[in-house]
Amino acid sequence: MNLSYYPGCSLESSAREYNLSALSVASALGLSLTEIEDWICCGATSAHSTNQLLAYALPAANIALAQQAGRDLVVPCASCYNRLKKTDHVLRNDPARRRQLEEVVNFTFTGRIGVMSLLEAFTVRIGAEEISRRVVRPLEGLRLACYYGCLLVRPHHVTGFDNPENPRSLDALMAGTGARPLSWSYKTECCGANLGLTVGDAVRQMVSRLLEMAEEAGAQAIVTACPLCQMNLEVRRPNNRNGIPAFYFTELIGLALGLKESGSWFARHIVDPLPLLRSLSLAS
Amino acid sequence: MFNSQSFIEEVKSRSGQPIELCFQCQKCASGCYMARFTDHAPNQILRYIQLGLKEKALRSSMIWLCSSCEICGSRCPNGIKMFDVMDALKKIAISNNIVAEKKIRLFNDIFLDTVRSKGRIHEALMMAEYKLRTGDLFSDLDLGLKLFLKRKLPLIGKKVKDRKYLDVIFKRCFDMERKAFAKYQVRLDGGKLN
Repeated sequence: MNLSYYPGCSLESSAREYNLSALSVASALGLSLTEIEDWICCGATSAHSTNQLLAYALPAANIALAQQAGRDLVVPCASCYNRLKKTDHVLRNDPARRRQLEEVVNFTFTGRIGVMSLLEAFTVRIGAEEISRRVVRPLEGLRLACYYGCLLVRPHHVTGFDNPENPRSLDALMAGTGARPLSWSYKTECCGANLGLTVGDAVRQMVSRLLEMAEEAGAQAIVTACPLCQMNLEVRRPNNRNGIPAFYFTELIGLALGLKESGSWFARHIVDPLPLLRSLSLAS
Repeated sequence: MFNSQSFIEEVKSRSGQPIELCFQCQKCASGCYMARFTDHAPNQILRYIQLGLKEKALRSSMIWLCSSCEICGSRCPNGIKMFDVMDALKKIAISNNIVAEKKIRLFNDIFLDTVRSKGRIHEALMMAEYKLRTGDLFSDLDLGLKLFLKRKLPLIGKKVKDRKYLDVIFKRCFDMERKAFAKYQVRLDGGKLN
């Protein structure tokens, strides 16, 4: 199955292991992701905080590129996904705004391609059962807190995906790897997003609460589907290197599929996940 | 009086949200993770708007510290998408030049300048510029070093090819939005806020 791929800026730097693992795992599972050529930054929070039209125009320019490529667009970063999906929603439902955006970006919206998060693509286009069939190294004994964060499921009238208060899609994929996803109450709490740089103290308090709650639920690791969540969970924790590791969901699927390159992803983590994986005989 | 009315209208027009429907159930405030770090909670901001208390709303740290997590809007029984209200207030605060959290605005400006000139965010350069311009050079230095050592902060970033087109998009957006809301910039009190 062929899909277009919008990696987003973080996946070119701080979240490179997310990019590498996403591409490897998708390919191993028969999902071909083709990066759209010359994509531009979605504008993120800075655009929607500053200029409403720009906050739609930057994603619309990328939707225009994806439209040319003619395949549904998959977005691994929850923040980029939020911007692109919202813009897609506006283009479909607000004719006045659509005309304005078509003028600014210089394209005609056809509505023929859809926008989805990587988590949704794995859930809908591959599915937990298929992953489970392909597992060669079940992640038995690994207790996980599946952390969705804010924007993979919210706002629900735009995403139309999973349950916004108690999402289960990531739990299902992780169960497919043989790991044990746990019930906990902080699945969709906020990690502080891009405020880490500007109001670090607040973000540190938010992250330590998340980690405490995951540990209290009995988790040995947190698993995410967003580069901002993963980075904050690793670098905005009180005593930097200690505590439970934070994985990208694609890394754990790759490990369960027995992909050799998984070691090179884990080597990029700030909080070393290898001691945990070794203790479960999942890494050498 | 006129000024309060024009403020309420500007918030409604920019956000598209039915501000008047808020009946202070405080679901937004109970779900808000940032409220414990801010001067006012989201429901209070809504009340200030309803009452036309422009300065109270615009000078609040809440509108800037809002992390856009959208939990308030998804739980509001009246369908008020507070996310859009917070964004509207930030833009009105910028056009009135009263920004409570200058560091956050500076970060946004540097971020957008980078997008405009390169098309993509280059995290290393953007962080360095932010640090230089805030004068806060040493916090996060260890973090930057760690990311660099893990090869997560490449020194050379990718640029998009068609940067002229990008500049046109930026110009059009800023021109069109300025024109769309210019009518609210008329100050009946000689430029002072009410």
